[in-house]
Amino acid sequence: MTDFPILALLAGMMVAATPILLAGIGEMVVEKAGVLNLGVEGMMIIGAICGFAVAYETQSVTLGYIGAALGGAMLAMVFGVLTQFLMTNQVATGLALTLTGLGFAALIGQPYIGIKGITVGDVPLGPLRDLPVLGPVLFQHDAMVYVAIFIVACVWYVLRYTRTGLVLRAIGENHHAAHALGYKVIATRLTAIAFGGACAGLGGAYLSLVRVPQWTEGMTAGAGWIALALVVFASWRAWGVLVGAYLFGGLTALQLFLQAAGAAIPIEYLSMAPYIITIVVLVIMSSGRARASLSAPASLGQPFNAST
Amino acid sequence: MKKRTFLTAATVALGLALGGAAAAQDKTKVGFVYVGPIGDGGWTYEHDIGRKAVEEAYGDKVETIYQESVPEGADAERVITQMALSGADIIFTTSFGYMDPTNAVAAKFPNIKFEHATGYKREHPNVSTYGARFYEGRAVIGHIAGKMTKTNKIGYIASFPIPEVIRGINAAYLHAKRANPDVEMTVIWVYTWFDPAKEADAAQAMVDAGVDVIMQHTDSTAPQAAAEKAGNVYTFGQASDMAEFGPKPRISSIIDNWAPYYIARVGAVMDGTWESKDTWDGIAPGMVEIGEITDEVPADVKAEAMALRDAIASGETHVFTGPINKQDGSVWLAEGETADDGTLLGMNFYIEGLTGDVPQ
Repeated sequence: MTDFPILALLAGMMVAATPILLAGIGEMVVEKAGVLNLGVEGMMIIGAICGFAVAYETQSVTLGYIGAALGGAMLAMVFGVLTQFLMTNQVATGLALTLTGLGFAALIGQPYIGIKGITVGDVPLGPLRDLPVLGPVLFQHDAMVYVAIFIVACVWYVLRYTRTGLVLRAIGENHHAAHALGYKVIATRLTAIAFGGACAGLGGAYLSLVRVPQWTEGMTAGAGWIALALVVFASWRAWGVLVGAYLFGGLTALQLFLQAAGAAIPIEYLSMAPYIITIVVLVIMSSGRARASLSAPASLGQPFNAST
Repeated sequence: MKKRTFLTAATVALGLALGGAAAAQDKTKVGFVYVGPIGDGGWTYEHDIGRKAVEEAYGDKVETIYQESVPEGADAERVITQMALSGADIIFTTSFGYMDPTNAVAAKFPNIKFEHATGYKREHPNVSTYGARFYEGRAVIGHIAGKMTKTNKIGYIASFPIPEVIRGINAAYLHAKRANPDVEMTVIWVYTWFDPAKEADAAQAMVDAGVDVIMQHTDSTAPQAAAEKAGNVYTFGQASDMAEFGPKPRISSIIDNWAPYYIARVGAVMDGTWESKDTWDGIAPGMVEIGEITDEVPADVKAEAMALRDAIASGETHVFTGPINKQDGSVWLAEGETADDGTLLGMNFYIEGLTGDVPQ
């Protein structure tokens, strides 16, 4: 109670935020391209098992992450083919993707239940590690924490300053106009969907390789849904996703730390907080004048058929 | 409109006929509703071992069905109803939160037997309840925890503030305190039975606060993995042995052994002797077992723990034997007095020495 581990809390926050940050930033790109993929949870869990299995078999964390990204992207491509070529309903397909992912991951994961994961070391940042205050909070993490932030920066830059980003956003705003201008709507969307799947896969793998670290069925336990809420909370802005992820991750870590420190707080309210914040943000953003600033991609979730 | 009514009626009749036909066969159909995935390595895993034991015991005479990861609440009622419609003769619902759904479905299917784990409501003659006196096991591991902590801080990852969980906290704390008067216990409520990431975070938060022995009342092995990563932290297997984390961090465990009960109850349905009752068994009949105590634990502590286990099994020692005060200092049990089952089943208070409040 006396010395509250505030540094450990902040460090814990960064770790707790990373899975939803990765999944959230991927989903944001998908939605920016005008596709609503509700299958984040399924792609995450596939990433979790693929990452764990590959890392365990090869004893390489890097290969594990690559495997997770590929696994997530492959599942995402199932969604891509169904929604982009076969014109299935995106909401229904996304939900089906979650169920498929959960079941399929449980199947692949059978031989890995109860196996201990491999140890993931921190990034050797040398003298930075020993900085007072900043050291333990910022510079004593494993690589994926920094990779996640790097991905956010890349997404922000690409969407804002590059031609590719502009095309992707144009397709998300009005796919018919973009098509008329000669941009490849479906190809771009498929790429975005694959990217989203890969990011969700990485997020899942972070759970099974670093945060937990082991494979357990259903281990994502709703993180994919929080990632979806995060995108709306961030109103489709890359840095917003970062802030939101740290806020959500921070609240999760905070309530556990407060309890561990013996603080007399109403735990129920802190547990609810991330969801309440999401609802409040949604209400504020969807109210009249603020609606323009909501900046949801105009073609979000609408099917595109070049012949119409 | 009339045609539709007729069709509906016909469908229902057909469904009933099929259900009846299934029941009429000599195979007894046994349903299980699980709160988590079988691969959780803990609670649900052990219930599924019980299910397999039933299949093994009766071979061709039974057919078992199960559904995993059924949320507690409205979904549970749908799942149980579905199972009842599919011709199950007896249905085991294996989590506290299935209490009301189980009773609601039981009212609609008077010919099907329902068995609800860890609950107390038997509103219909076709509902039984069963539970295990896990608190007996918690007393034993609490004793080990009290002896093993070097920082004098032990932690307890709690799920929901229901009597079952609170009883476990009190039992563990009481015996840790008797083993080591300086011990302090930190309780973290995570409000979930199964969320590996959250359980691991809770374990990590405790370690950061100086806790070096962690007990859990959640279902996954995540806290074990987190403790292993943290280094000098001890844990106990929960519901299942979790032996893969031994000899350290896991130094012992509480194992739920449901198999004998499931075999007996399914047998009772087969020979028609099944009747509604409440079963609450502990270490003595083997429903609660203490997993192997590893060599990380000194021999004398191990011997004390075994002696406590045997004393509880023989009935010589009751886990809650006075003097015990409630958290506010008022007397709960006087010297030599033991707690009655009624109080234990409804336990909603901490005993003296625990800090924080029971969330309401």
